[in-house]
Amino acid sequence: MAKVNVYITLKPALLDAQGKVMQGALDNLGFEGIENVRIGKFIEIEMAESADIEASVEDMCKKLFANPNTENYRFEIIKK
Amino acid sequence: MKFGVVIFPGSNCDQDAYYAVKTLGKDVDYIWHASTDVSGFDCIILPGGFSYGDYLRTGAVAKFSPVMNAIKDFAAKGGRVIGICNGFQILCESGLLPGALISNTGLRFICKHVNLRVENDTSDFTNLCKKGDVLSIPIAHHGGNYYADDDTLKSLEDNGQVLFRYCDDKGNVTDEANPNGSRNNIAGILNAAGNVAGMMPHPERAMEKILTDDDGKIIFESIINRLS
Repeated sequence: MAKVNVYITLKPALLDAQGKVMQGALDNLGFEGIENVRIGKFIEIEMAESADIEASVEDMCKKLFANPNTENYRFEIIKK
Repeated sequence: MKFGVVIFPGSNCDQDAYYAVKTLGKDVDYIWHASTDVSGFDCIILPGGFSYGDYLRTGAVAKFSPVMNAIKDFAAKGGRVIGICNGFQILCESGLLPGALISNTGLRFICKHVNLRVENDTSDFTNLCKKGDVLSIPIAHHGGNYYADDDTLKSLEDNGQVLFRYCDDKGNVTDEANPNGSRNNIAGILNAAGNVAGMMPHPERAMEKILTDDDGKIIFESIINRLS
């Protein structure tokens, strides 16, 4: 079995309204030096190991997990 | 001519869309999302709602419904398709329309009447309008913030693919009149071939004066006008 962690992030050009609100909240809480906060998605997958696991996860990200117009993705495969 | 209204799990404006074209005297049938055949239809409506609970992203799962393959073939052969609200989101996700719809900048669900300025008065979906007309039509969405990168936006503008922009009641396109942060105040667009349209506002909810407004009629009437 392998564990796959997929990270989906909004492209830098897009305004992340949630991130902006969190930034304001951190300011209100007195945290200093916060320059930017951006919120993304984290997906965990458990799947069988195979030689083409990387290509397979890449395909999942392209077809389903990320919208190429608005989001970037990266992932790590942890073999158990 | 005959309309088809697709029902995805979670669609909730399918009956309104059906009723809208029925009241204009046209033949209409529902199309279940598992269907793989859309023959016999001249215009397909993807209605509003929350298909698949908006899980992951709006429209992200609906684009894999079996009917979407049939609709892609239908559109490739020139068939008319209009996506309203969630239907617009599904068309963008499936690549039938450029760009994407992301969360409103205010992060709130907005349900109210807005003013739309008609930008293109020759399309299959707006040919009875006049450029500059202001239509009052309701929106009801959380993810109606239209985004496209600079190049895509430029080609939409240059090719006359913008159908409607959010504006004030005089037709001025202003930041104040933009309810959700959409780039260039875009409320509705057309594909490059001109046979697929998407819009966030709900014309099917503005069909009768007795229910506040009938400005939505002209969109369905334009389709009928072009196809009859």
